[in-house]
This record gives sequence, structure tokens and C-alpha cells, in this order.
Amino acid sequence: MKKIILPKLPNKDGHFDEYGGMFVSETLMYPLKELLEAYNKIAKSAKFRQLLTKELTMYVGRPTPIYYASRISKELGSSHIYLKREDLNHTGAHKINNAMGQVLLAKAMKKTRIIAETGAGQHGVATATACAKYNIKCVVYMGEEDIERQKINVYRMKLLGAEVIPVSSGSKTLKDALNEALRDWVSNVDDTHYIIGSVAGPHPYPMIVRDFQSIIGHESKKQMASIYKKKADILVACVGGGSNAIGLFHPFLNDDVEIIGVEAGGYGLSTGKHAAPLNKGKPGVLHGNRTYIMEDENGQIQSTHSISAGLDYPGVGPEHSWLKDNKRVKYVSVTDKEALKAFYYLTEREGIIPALETAHALAYAFKIAKKYKNKNILINLSGRGDKDIDTIARMTQMTL
Amino acid sequence: MNRIEKTFINNKKKVFIAYIVCGDPDIHTTVKIMNTLVDSGVDLIELGVPFTDPIADGPTIQKSIERSLKKNTSLNDVFDVCNKFRAKNKTTPLVLMGYLNPIENLGYKKFSKIAVQSGVDGVLVVDSPPEESSVLSTVLKEYKICNIYLASPTTSKSRLETIINTSNGYLYYVSLKGITGSKISDIKSIEQNINMIKKIKKNDLPVVVGFGIKDKKTAKEISKISDGVIIGSSFVKIIEENLHNKQRMVDNINKYAVKIKTSIVNK
Ligand SMILES: Cc1ncc(COP(=O)(O)O)c(C=O)c1O
Repeated sequence: MKKIILPKLPNKDGHFDEYGGMFVSETLMYPLKELLEAYNKIAKSAKFRQLLTKELTMYVGRPTPIYYASRISKELGSSHIYLKREDLNHTGAHKINNAMGQVLLAKAMKKTRIIAETGAGQHGVATATACAKYNIKCVVYMGEEDIERQKINVYRMKLLGAEVIPVSSGSKTLKDALNEALRDWVSNVDDTHYIIGSVAGPHPYPMIVRDFQSIIGHESKKQMASIYKKKADILVACVGGGSNAIGLFHPFLNDDVEIIGVEAGGYGLSTGKHAAPLNKGKPGVLHGNRTYIMEDENGQIQSTHSISAGLDYPGVGPEHSWLKDNKRVKYVSVTDKEALKAFYYLTEREGIIPALETAHALAYAFKIAKKYKNKNILINLSGRGDKDIDTIARMTQMTL
Repeated sequence: MNRIEKTFINNKKKVFIAYIVCGDPDIHTTVKIMNTLVDSGVDLIELGVPFTDPIADGPTIQKSIERSLKKNTSLNDVFDVCNKFRAKNKTTPLVLMGYLNPIENLGYKKFSKIAVQSGVDGVLVVDSPPEESSVLSTVLKEYKICNIYLASPTTSKSRLETIINTSNGYLYYVSLKGITGSKISDIKSIEQNINMIKKIKKNDLPVVVGFGIKDKKTAKEISKISDGVIIGSSFVKIIEENLHNKQRMVDNINKYAVKIKTSIVNK
């Protein structure tokens, strides 16, 4: 097979060719450059890496295992399904990989206050957890609609000592929580560090979050070889902002492997009620970077729909836009209904309750497992589904 | 000389700039408010182009933008308002202020071409600092539209030089670390920063101050240390408070603008 060599990006201005960049108001240019400098100096030092590795091992529980799902593999055909168990991280999702890294960085930068936005609440919980451990004040912005559908995580954040601020503007979801966090940051740039929860936002966030999440892919590569003596043929991950996906994909980009990102198809791409900018959007500027977005004919950002709060976002990390255009990664979508079916399927047959976000990746992987012969399919099981049981119960009219 | 330069040179007083969101409460009333502002002594109008995700704006302007978007105000509507205003007023400079995405969506060239035809003199794109603006700024220059940038208390000296070298019309100094609608607390440091900006070599750009100016006293003090004052949220608040009585809306805007005007000092 041909060897693929992609350039190392972003460049020094934060661009992935035409995507990415720093599209922010003047006041934020300073803290972004300060962050970039600190990241290059501190986070790349041996001392920082050692400390982070220790925390990820002893506190978070890394490395997470890769589990061979034998029952469903057999049932689906001749392919083999492997699950990278990010759900087994402390707090239940990949989000903590980034939160730990950034809280340690913020500490080193002498910041005394941390803010974050959250959709599903997983990033909020991860950030609140790291802040509790390191004794830093934590404020989390969350859309009112998401507060309603992810109540358990709201309560967890509060228990952890974070202040959760409901956001009632716009569509009352992740996009608006991000707006509000940016507004807070502009007003408190001196003492506050903003931890974005995905590979979205202005440079250097897409790079920083990717680097902290890449541990998923690095571990996976080693584990597939050492434990299973195999190579993955296909990688599959769900894409909201795109952090769990890029975390798995990035170390494999120059390898001979097929890579698939799964967006939220909502009620179906043709209905317009989805959250699939890479499938149905076009390039534009949102939240500090140029990337594929969902916009109307006047350039206004459209409201999105997904059963999963963590995928319910009209933009996507700029690196994914680049990987779409250069065709290295294929981006597909899965509807609410298909995701739900996969949620039940994995739960009932493997005893693993996945997050609704993750269920999108599962649904697509199950589809191709039926079609392909003898392929090793590695899925990023980005998070566990405890936070979603309320939503599921309501849908099945079950009372808890 | 363009209308913006003329205004800064010919004015007896320091320049009084008003910001309102186009299309709130509706485009017809926006034109009326613009005319009222000029009649009450406003020298330059910054017309806000609504965008769904205004990350630099506080609640007052956010709500105004939401009201405007409920009526589907598009860039074409904004140009329509500019045309109607220009039909009667040939002298007051008009600056469009907003976010990049609607402009990208239309296309830089098409945007600039229609803007010039509609009598627009300058453009300020809040989320497009000089680092990201080289293409846009080339196109704006081609159409002789002033490219206005922000400077803020966090702007480093080296970036200030870049900003000044790529700006024309005026420099919009953001008085505080924060969003629109916040309150100014430290006039002394604003003065120090403006003095620093003025000392940058080859800088003959007027420096005006916005964010946080609400009352006569602040307007007066800011006008002493700068080339002009910008008031936004206070005008927008008057619109919000009088949504059901457009006559009173216009009257109160007039009264408020007249009051501020009297407090602004001579050059
Ligand atoms: C479990 C899980 N997976 C995926 C996502 C989507 O985010 P990203 O695309 O950044 O991985 C979330 C976001 O909340 C999540 O909680």
C-alpha cells in the first residue's frame, strides 16, 4: 500500500491550510499567545510530561484497555471489533485526558480560576474533577437544554465544587455555552484559564487538545501490536468537536489504515435537523477558527439537532475540515435512531453501556462489520452512558 | 479625503459615535433612528450587522441582535438601510460593525462592492484581527473602504504597530477587558494607553474609545483624552425599553444623544 505523508500542522499561525486560525476579538489575542508560549515551553518539558504521565496512570487509570468484543464480532460476520475503552477513564470519558493536561498547564501558568463550556457534561465533570484535585476555582457554562438532558452530570459538577452557569441565549446548547465562556474569558483574562473541551476554538486550542488526546491513538497502536499481534484496518470514532476522534486518528494518519469519523445525523441529513457540518455544511468562521459549519443562506449559524448533547454542535475542529478536504479521513453520519439501536445492541450483548455520542461510532462500525470481510475494526469507545440513562428512560417511557 | 477623515479633521468638537444594531426593532425604524442620531449631534454611525454568535457582546446588544435576527435581517437588509440613509444624508460617515461569517458567506468582493454602492465608509470586523485579515483588507482597500481595527488594554506594543499600519479611518480603542455593556473603572490607565498609542511613529490615526461609556461625566472625561467617544449599549437599551412605543423610542434616543453631545469637549 502507498505510504501517506501528511505535513505537520498547524503551522505557526495555527492554520491547517485554509482552516483554523485565530478569529477572535483583539482582547483575546494576548491570552491566546500567552497560552501558546506557555504550552510550547512548559507542556513540552520532560518534567511536565512525567508529572502528567504519573497522574494519568495513578489517578485517571491509563492506559485504558482495548477490548475484543467477541460476541458481537461473531454475530456481525467475519470482521473483528475492538473497543478502545476510554469509558474506563476516571469520570467516564476521554475528556479527562485533556482536562488533566490543561489544568496542570494552568497551574504552571499561575492561573487561579478555570472556566469551561460543556455539552454532554463530560468535559465539565472532567474539568471540575481536575480542579477539585488541584484546588482551583472552577466555573462551567452549560446550555439550559443540555442541563435538562444531562442532569446527572450537572449534579456531579456541583458535588465537585464547580459553579455551573446556565446559558439561556441562542439555541441553549453547546455552541452558546462556548460563546458565554469566551465572554467570561475576555472579562477575566488575567487570572483565568479557559479549557475548551474539544479540538475546536481558536489556535492554539485545536493543537493543544489534540496533543493531549493523542495518547488514545499512541496507546492503541502499541496495544494492538503487543496484545493482539494485529494491526487495525479501520478506525472509527464519533465527531462532535472532534477530540476523541483526532485523539485516536492522529498517530495513525501516516499509516496504512482506513479512517472514518461519524457525525450526528439527527433526524436524517435530508431533514436539515442534524449536527453534521462535514457532511452538509460549508467552510465559514465560528468560535475563533475557519472550519466547516452549518449556516443559512445569510451566513447565520444554524441550530442543530442531535439526540446526544456532546455532538450537538454546528462546527467541528479545523483539523477535521482539513482531513476531509485532503480525503485522508472519510466523514459519514448516523441518525438518532441508528445510534439508539447501537446503544442497546452493545449494552445487551457486551455488557457495556456506551454514551449516546459513542453510540454513533458504534452504529456505523456495526454497519461496515456486516459488509466487510475479515477486517480489524477499532472503535473509540469515547465514554460511558450513565449520563444518558435519563434520556433513554424518558424515550421508552420508563420511570426511574 | 473620505467622509471619515473629513469628520475627524473638520469637526469642532471631539467626534461622537453611536452604535446601534441594524434591524432592531425593524429596518424602517433603524433608518429613522439613524436620522435622529444625526439630528441630535452624532457625527458618525456604527451600524451593527447582526450575527447569531456575537462573542464580544454583552447581554444588551446580544438581545438586540436576537430581536433583529427574529426578523431575518440579512446583509442585504443592512445595505438597504444604508442606501435609504444615504439618500438623504451625504456627509455622515457610516461604518458597518459585525462578525466575519456573514461577510465570508457573501464573499469579500461582493460585500465590498455593494457596501461602497450603499454609501458605507468603513468596516470593523470584530473577530478578524490583522493576523487573519490580509485578504479582506486588500479587498477593502481596493474599494476604498476604511479598514478599522480594535486595540485593547491587552494589546502588546508590537501588535499595536501592526494594527496601526494596517488601519485606516480610526483606531477603536476598547476601554476595558470585557464585553460591550461593561462599565469603565480606570480612566487613568486608558489615558496612559492612548498616550502610548499616539507616540507610535507615523501614527496620525484618530483614536476613539468605546465600551463602557454610559453617562455624561464619563463621556466628557474620555473626550478629553481621545479623539472621540463611542456609545452603544446605552442606545440599544433605550430601544429595548421602548419596543412598544417607537415614537417614545426615537424621542428618548434624541434626548440622550443631545445630553451626551453637550458633555463632549472641543478639540
Ligand atoms: C463520551 C463522549 N464522546 C464524544 C463526545 C464528543 O466530543 P468530541 O467530538 O470532542 O470527542 C463527547 C462530548 O461531550 C462525549 O462526552
